[in-house]
Amino acid sequence: MSYKMLDGNTAAAEALKLGRVKVIASYPITPQTVIPETLSEMVESGDLDAQYVRVESEHSALSVVTCAAMAGVRASTATASNGLALMHEVVGMTSGNRVPVVMPVVNRGIAAPWSLWCEHVDTMCERDMGWLQFYCQNVQEVLDLTLIAFRVSEDARVLLPTMVCLDGFFLSHSMQKVTMPEQEKVDQFIGEYKNKNVYLDPTDPMFLSDLTGNEEYTEMRYQQKLALDASVTVLEEAFKEFEKEFGRKYELVEGYMTQDADVVLVALGSMCGTAQYVVNQMRKEGKKVGLLKVTVFRPFPAEYIRKLVGSASVVGVFDRSAGLGGDGGPVFYEICSALRNQPTQVYHYVGGIGGRDVRVETIEMIYDELLAIKAGETTQHTEWIDLKEDALELREVIKNV
Amino acid sequence: MQKQQENAMKTTKKYKVLGPVATQFGAATTGNWRLERPDVDFSRCTKCRTCERNCPTNVIEIKKDQEECVVINFDYCKGCGVCTNVCPQQCINLIEERR
Repeated sequence: MSYKMLDGNTAAAEALKLGRVKVIASYPITPQTVIPETLSEMVESGDLDAQYVRVESEHSALSVVTCAAMAGVRASTATASNGLALMHEVVGMTSGNRVPVVMPVVNRGIAAPWSLWCEHVDTMCERDMGWLQFYCQNVQEVLDLTLIAFRVSEDARVLLPTMVCLDGFFLSHSMQKVTMPEQEKVDQFIGEYKNKNVYLDPTDPMFLSDLTGNEEYTEMRYQQKLALDASVTVLEEAFKEFEKEFGRKYELVEGYMTQDADVVLVALGSMCGTAQYVVNQMRKEGKKVGLLKVTVFRPFPAEYIRKLVGSASVVGVFDRSAGLGGDGGPVFYEICSALRNQPTQVYHYVGGIGGRDVRVETIEMIYDELLAIKAGETTQHTEWIDLKEDALELREVIKNV
Repeated sequence: MQKQQENAMKTTKKYKVLGPVATQFGAATTGNWRLERPDVDFSRCTKCRTCERNCPTNVIEIKKDQEECVVINFDYCKGCGVCTNVCPQQCINLIEERR
């Protein structure tokens, strides 16, 4: 067992190297830039035996990678924010053609306002595109979940791509101690890449992604739905074997002190670390609070959430994206849907967007509010939890008219 | 392209696949798109090669020693009509495609 000091970006690059990707095509975008840089250095030095394709955009990057995988090699790219938005068209091509690409995505807000910083809106926009989505809490998870993603995506029962989502800067640029798995064990865990469905081969030509009329389209979407359903079992198997081989335990949803909790907060990504700290502190004060950390957002593990929420009658959902125009945000909808037959009250919180730090105080405020609601002391609920009071008086400009 | 068709047809074993895929290429040649086709009046043609030079898909060949001196590859001619417009003799016309 060896250790390395890695930030989230280099951990993602190391994971792709451990996965022995053969084709890389990636376009740099903050805060993901270090991933393609590190990979290009690995290819240049000969550490990684891969072809590095320089492309002019993220649209081309995912196109190259998807087609390379169709041709029979493990291929990968990475992106963030507006880059993922530009990929959007090809995102559907990858999943619809059942190509098991694994792609780290560094979460960042989508312009405007121009932001370089962490928000989940970029990947939430892609949540219904037929990809699996994992959200990482720390740098170790970036490495581990990427390896698990290869295995699950490429399983014949799944054959769907996966986004491994890591919070911009909070993970991508945060240096942490990471346990490095041995290459041989990784090889054994994820196996060799093989095309298990269709392929691009000039000696046996196929026309992939041909025009599909309404007599077959619904059924092809249904095939994807079944694969996402099946991926739950495949994920469980992979998590179990990963724990056996590498000693670290993962779950689709992790319940932290939820068993006897009065109130539960649901969260994704790096803020779960802070939330666990807050749970520990508040438990010392005798406050029964718990945390649900959603690691796998797609397929959405509704069954597991129902079990884990248990007797908690007040649940808060922390969305790290604004969910504009909706009756809540994307994580909130899912939780409401999962708990629709339970007498649980669900409250929505928006925060930590555009890189605003999700601080201990922010999470304490949420728990205090949920506990007060539970106790019947208030019905007041602050949806935009870290909003400043002067929201409508932010800027003044000089106009010459 | 034709050989690919043959190879594909040789495979007798069928496999179940997921997603959109085909192994028979019904619309592989762009000539399938054609609604109208160029029709040449060979008696007025001066073999000046203007149509050959201007064809955007490069499917026209002038054979000076043949009576039907303008040879068009209809597998790929889309019937765009550029040749009819550029012909100095106005001896190419678009006629309706027979199906």
